[in-house]
Amino acid sequence: MASVFQWIEQSWLGTSVNNSLWAFAAFEAVHLLALAVIGGAILVVDLRMLGWVFPRQRVAEVATEARPWMIGSIVAMFLTGIPLMASLALSKYYFNEAFRLKMYFLAAALLFTFFVRQPVALGDDARANSRMAKAVAIMSVLLWSGVGIMGRGIGFY
Amino acid sequence: MLLLSFCQWLADTPFSTGIRESTYIYPVIESVHVLSLCMFVGLLLLWDLRLVGITLRRIAVSEVWARLIPWITLGAVLMVISGLFLFASDPVRFYGNIFFRIKALGLFLALLNALAFHFGIERRLVEWDTSAVTPRAAQLAGAASIALWAVIVVTGRFVAYNWFPPLV
Repeated sequence: MASVFQWIEQSWLGTSVNNSLWAFAAFEAVHLLALAVIGGAILVVDLRMLGWVFPRQRVAEVATEARPWMIGSIVAMFLTGIPLMASLALSKYYFNEAFRLKMYFLAAALLFTFFVRQPVALGDDARANSRMAKAVAIMSVLLWSGVGIMGRGIGFY
Repeated sequence: MLLLSFCQWLADTPFSTGIRESTYIYPVIESVHVLSLCMFVGLLLLWDLRLVGITLRRIAVSEVWARLIPWITLGAVLMVISGLFLFASDPVRFYGNIFFRIKALGLFLALLNALAFHFGIERRLVEWDTSAVTPRAAQLAGAASIALWAVIVVTGRFVAYNWFPPLV
């Protein structure tokens, strides 16, 4: 694994970002803006599944509205996150416990979102309002919060 | 100057020193600030996009506001409290940081924009409450809010960089 991280850091992408004074900060700024978008797009659907916002709209309707913003911000997160990670892949992120935990949380959050939460939110209305759906919403908030907290934690580790 | 003396006085209080020199308090406050950003800016964005006429177009403007505002307010309260704590940890450095000053100006302009919306186009909300296409003034208010909050978020992050020498 270390050799993969070394290859990434020595790649054109890694060295370009690392050698630039502004690139890291610029990607980081867009990464943070996408965080706000992802936060709103995910939270609004989870809050709806809990019955705490837009109770008069169907869960599927809110989820359909939020979907392009969620997908778009996830794409933006990857497009900005990969250069950030590449810049110091081996010398920083490989040894950073918070980064590692963030990746575990991210993998779990993505799998849970696309294979559990989205099917529940966009599926049958009775199920989308069930107690099971509320548990799914809480799990979604917890997993994505884990990604955010560990992301912030990278800088403190 | 009055503001600077206040910052210097604050920096010498045990409260400020306590946060500044703590191992865990600072990272915890910082994490709260970042997570409440998702709640505050993320949900505010949905409201602003409704004003622009892009999202939640089938829900009345007044209902989008009524449903989102408790959560936006909760996010804002968490942001302000954690933000004040962060500021208190090192007030003189923040005061002298160019990005922090731009952020403060952005916050002031965002407040003015919200007030302009409230005392302007919002007074005729009944006329356009349920329309998918909102009036030009409402679209402008929504777009201005999105732009200002983007500046506030980005300059907030850039406070941590010392590209420029401190102003004080």
